[in-house]
Amino acid sequence: MSVPSLCSLCLCGEFNENTSAPNTSPRPRLMYLTCHHMHIPDGYLSPSTCASLYAAAMPFWAMALRRLKRNLMSRFVPMVALVAAFSFVVMMFNLPLPGGTTGHATGVAIAAIVVGPWGAVAAISVALLIQALFFGDGGITAFGANSFNIAVVGALVAWVAYRLIAGNAPLTSRLRVVAAAVAGYLAINASALVAAIEFGIQPMLFHDATGAPLYAPYPLHIAVPAMMIGHLTFAGLAEAILSGGVVAYLQRADLRLLCGSAPDAADETASAAVMRPLWIGVAALMVLTPLGLLAAGRAWGEWSAADFADPAARAQIAAVSNNVLPGNVPAGLAHLSSIWTAPLRGYAPPLLQHAAIGYLLSAMFGVGVVVLATFALRLLATRERSQ
Amino acid sequence: MRRSFIERTLAALLRAMEHAAASERLSGGRGFLQSVDPRVKLLGCISLIVAAAVSRRLTLLGVLFVAVAVVALATRIPAAQLLRAWAILFAFTAAIALPALFTTPGDAIGSVAGLTITLQGMRSAAFLVSRVETSATLGLILVASTPWSRLIAALRSLHVPAAVVLIISMTYRYIFLLLRTAEEMFTARRSRSVGALRPAERRRMATSTAGVLLGKSMTLADGVYDAMRSRGFRGEVYLLDDFRMRSRDWGAAAVFAAAAALAFWRGLR
Repeated sequence: MSVPSLCSLCLCGEFNENTSAPNTSPRPRLMYLTCHHMHIPDGYLSPSTCASLYAAAMPFWAMALRRLKRNLMSRFVPMVALVAAFSFVVMMFNLPLPGGTTGHATGVAIAAIVVGPWGAVAAISVALLIQALFFGDGGITAFGANSFNIAVVGALVAWVAYRLIAGNAPLTSRLRVVAAAVAGYLAINASALVAAIEFGIQPMLFHDATGAPLYAPYPLHIAVPAMMIGHLTFAGLAEAILSGGVVAYLQRADLRLLCGSAPDAADETASAAVMRPLWIGVAALMVLTPLGLLAAGRAWGEWSAADFADPAARAQIAAVSNNVLPGNVPAGLAHLSSIWTAPLRGYAPPLLQHAAIGYLLSAMFGVGVVVLATFALRLLATRERSQ
Repeated sequence: MRRSFIERTLAALLRAMEHAAASERLSGGRGFLQSVDPRVKLLGCISLIVAAAVSRRLTLLGVLFVAVAVVALATRIPAAQLLRAWAILFAFTAAIALPALFTTPGDAIGSVAGLTITLQGMRSAAFLVSRVETSATLGLILVASTPWSRLIAALRSLHVPAAVVLIISMTYRYIFLLLRTAEEMFTARRSRSVGALRPAERRRMATSTAGVLLGKSMTLADGVYDAMRSRGFRGEVYLLDDFRMRSRDWGAAAVFAAAAALAFWRGLR
């Protein structure tokens, strides 16, 4: 028996059709629709929004096409085609998530890492077109919107995040796994946010004579949280797990696929040299810690409940806030500030009477804890890898 | 009993293959639109989808839906499958639209469990459902009446560049190989699994399978490239798009154009 279940992740109107067993009927069914998070179907966006998003995607498609034409005689063309096919298939994978649930990913970050941003724009657009045209996933009028959201915004955000985080770390560095996971997470959430904004502006702009919304009916303050809650949690996690997991697998099995997105990757032996600027930076920041003692008053917005009760502190707050000041200690602040008391409150241990020495000791203690935690994590990671 | 992620993935992969097989079977059959030029169907269906998107009249959307349903039946899409598709689409679009009955501000026309239903909310939900049903049926008609190779070639009539059409055609062909490969990998894994895997192992298994699939895809890309070179590919793309308009195609084009023009005209008034 077929039991359809509503996609809990989004407003896309698509769905998973859960069957208790794969269909073994000899007669094939012409019905395939499955949720891919934010593939917008026809009918949710106005024609003018769709036209604007076709226009917005056009320069990116033109760039991708230029790259394709320039490399028509190279392996790039079949690579883009196969990455598109891979992305199509991987969207059907049920990825197990923490907490016992499962989710789908788009593979947009993997595509960007393997064939670069323009290759990914082309590959994901082609996968989306085939889904819209042949499989009914996502609308034909909304193809420009889906391409802009997932192929353009998703691929470019993934590429930038991956390159920024991974830097020139060695190809086998664990940092690349983290970078891919973060890139996937950010890419899918950026795509979802853009889609949510597109949905959210519909009721503002398009309604009939009675005032009824003609397209997606939810305004921004409903559409954005409804989309983002699902994507910041399940869908984002699925994309992070897929992207990080595939990069970790490629590090073990096929490093050559990671080379394209890491032209300046350092050798494994040079990893110490890669970390050197970071350590120099940390040391410099530690040396500069006493500068904090020169700052007068409190940083804007870092006030405590006691500051709101103290007349002198209230005068300072009012002076730096255009004389806008709550009449009393804000109730939420008073309640929350009683829950947890930091061990080094005000950056000064209670046993030390001298505030400046306490401040410096707190700084050194804080940096020490971070460095120790980093070493402990690194040790654990190395041990796990050697096992 | 709740199915494992392997079984759910297998079901999804099989559904995609089933869908493609079904549309290929139908498009090769003898229906109302099967023998019409693919360019006419592509442009005609897109015009009607745009006409449905533009419409500000619920009655017009209703008429359009009925007309499209008749064409779908004439295209020999089995009625049971059509009804099933509509029912599922209706259930899910209605579920998405349901809160709009209460959240859309406007004139109250009733209440359920203390929540006020507005006229504007009802109309908004009706617009959404009717547009989604009509557009999805038009999409279904298009793939059920046109073999994929002809439909891809027809994209040239929308001025899609030849290089892009080449990639789309290559992608579509290899999707099925990768679907089969993924299905075999998951089946092989399921046949070797005894008992339940721990969550972290499940995740590692799923991502490693994706990694293997990516590796195989890239090996395949190398093979495709070598094959293209060995056949003398020099960067020029030739497509089999030798379409010729016959009198029947002109007739179909005229009907599509008239229907779309009428729908635009009535829908915007």
